[in-house]
Amino acid sequence: MSDRATLGRPPALLWVPAALAVVFLAVPLLALVLATPWSSLLADLRSPDVLAALRLSAQTSLATVVACLVLGTPLAWVLARVDFPGRGLVRALVTVPLVLPPVVAGVALIAALGRSGLVGGPLDAATGLTLPFTTAAVVVAHTFVSLPFYVISVEGALRSAGEGFDEVAAGLGATRWYTFRRVTLPLALPGVVAGSVLAWARSLGEFGATVTFAGNYPGTTQTMPSRIYAVYLADPEAARTLAMILLLVSVGVLALLRNRWLTTGAAPRVGTGVVA
Amino acid sequence: MPLPRTRRPLGAALAALVVLPLAACGSDAGTTGGDDARTLTVLAAASLTGTFTELAEQFEAEHEGVSVDLVLDSSGTLADQAAQGAPGDVLATADTASMERAGDARADDPAVFATNELVLVTPAANPAGVTGIASLDDDAVTYVVCVETAPCGVLAAQALADAGVTREPASLERDVKATLARVSEDEADAGLVYRTDARAAGADVATFDLPGSLVTAYPVTTLAQSAHPDLAAEFVDLVLSEAGADVLGAAGFGPP
Repeated sequence: MSDRATLGRPPALLWVPAALAVVFLAVPLLALVLATPWSSLLADLRSPDVLAALRLSAQTSLATVVACLVLGTPLAWVLARVDFPGRGLVRALVTVPLVLPPVVAGVALIAALGRSGLVGGPLDAATGLTLPFTTAAVVVAHTFVSLPFYVISVEGALRSAGEGFDEVAAGLGATRWYTFRRVTLPLALPGVVAGSVLAWARSLGEFGATVTFAGNYPGTTQTMPSRIYAVYLADPEAARTLAMILLLVSVGVLALLRNRWLTTGAAPRVGTGVVA
Repeated sequence: MPLPRTRRPLGAALAALVVLPLAACGSDAGTTGGDDARTLTVLAAASLTGTFTELAEQFEAEHEGVSVDLVLDSSGTLADQAAQGAPGDVLATADTASMERAGDARADDPAVFATNELVLVTPAANPAGVTGIASLDDDAVTYVVCVETAPCGVLAAQALADAGVTREPASLERDVKATLARVSEDEADAGLVYRTDARAAGADVATFDLPGSLVTAYPVTTLAQSAHPDLAAEFVDLVLSEAGADVLGAAGFGPP
């Protein structure tokens, strides 16, 4: 309450645009809710193709988060903690997929990992393995577009946690690997969680790179967004129901995570825990 | 009081942020309004890309000061957009079912101006040794077709059923261009596309005729929301004319 007395009333120049932003984001979602033919929702949920698409979306988005954790955490640590020549260049390179249209990402992945691609060609010749049209290709496409979100989030957390605790741990005789596991990573945990959620959300919504690189077939490569788009071309009404299913699922998961992990006070709590 | 002084530039910046997009919208509307009198917007199925570009150039040459804007997309999407009142003067789709979806946006009865035939294509080198549609039943052959929500997907499903192929495709591509790209990029061993697409791909693909002739009809119509109904009707006349048939025939389209 004392905040309000010293800081004054919120200026209209701030709260009016803020309210506009809320309306701008909420109205399309509200329109979707109103336009959804709710009566067919349950029937659609039981259709095998929709269930297959939902299952595939769940599996591939979780696999994408795991890939981000395994590949992205070390990369974020290297970018935040190791001073090496060309670090700026590497960081710029890592963020390129953020601004790339997803379809371009798909085309680039075909050029690299397609059957006659730069890496895919020799791989096919040596092992007979080809990536496109497989579920693995979906995870590859999702990881390509999601990893930058994860790395940026975790690198930011590592930087704001600072190197002070790392130095103290080293002074007490901890190896750098031990410090990473027991000091650095726990301090960056809120960033790791936030980055994982971002990567998961990006993966769940990914469409362009997936259809371009992995393809679109029920059960193997058709995720929910791919199915929604395919259905939309023939029957926009049915696509609304599918969109509503995906919306409900993702909002549900986010709500669960928010209660559990994404409270804004998480950072200081973890911080004091380590200091004590 | 230092506070109000620091607030003012921020306020000005915020006001600018709010006003700038509005100003931009205003000037946009102004330019389109000015160009409208001389611009004909033609919504055409993606498979008409090459031929309609050529016909648009002919039309512009014959009508001084008129420019033709082509909007190329999948037939269903274009028909839905037209039905929702999207700006446009002429609509041409790759099948009659999509044309139905334009509903009341059709200003007159659609006329069929061309047909297109489904063919089998393989990469130029034909790595899997495909000899015809029966080869698609071979486990070593990776093949792709259009998703059944696209006109080419409906024909493809029929072709596979006719040939008794029970093996499933590796992917259901969103439209015929995406299907062709899989084959010309050598990602798939075979694909079912239109003859016109196979011809446009030139030496990148090898073409095999299908046993039965599976054909889709292309209808064209003027749109109710057209701002220049006379110009729109003239464009439809060009598409249906002898000169139009020459351009379409050269690209591999069949007569209506």
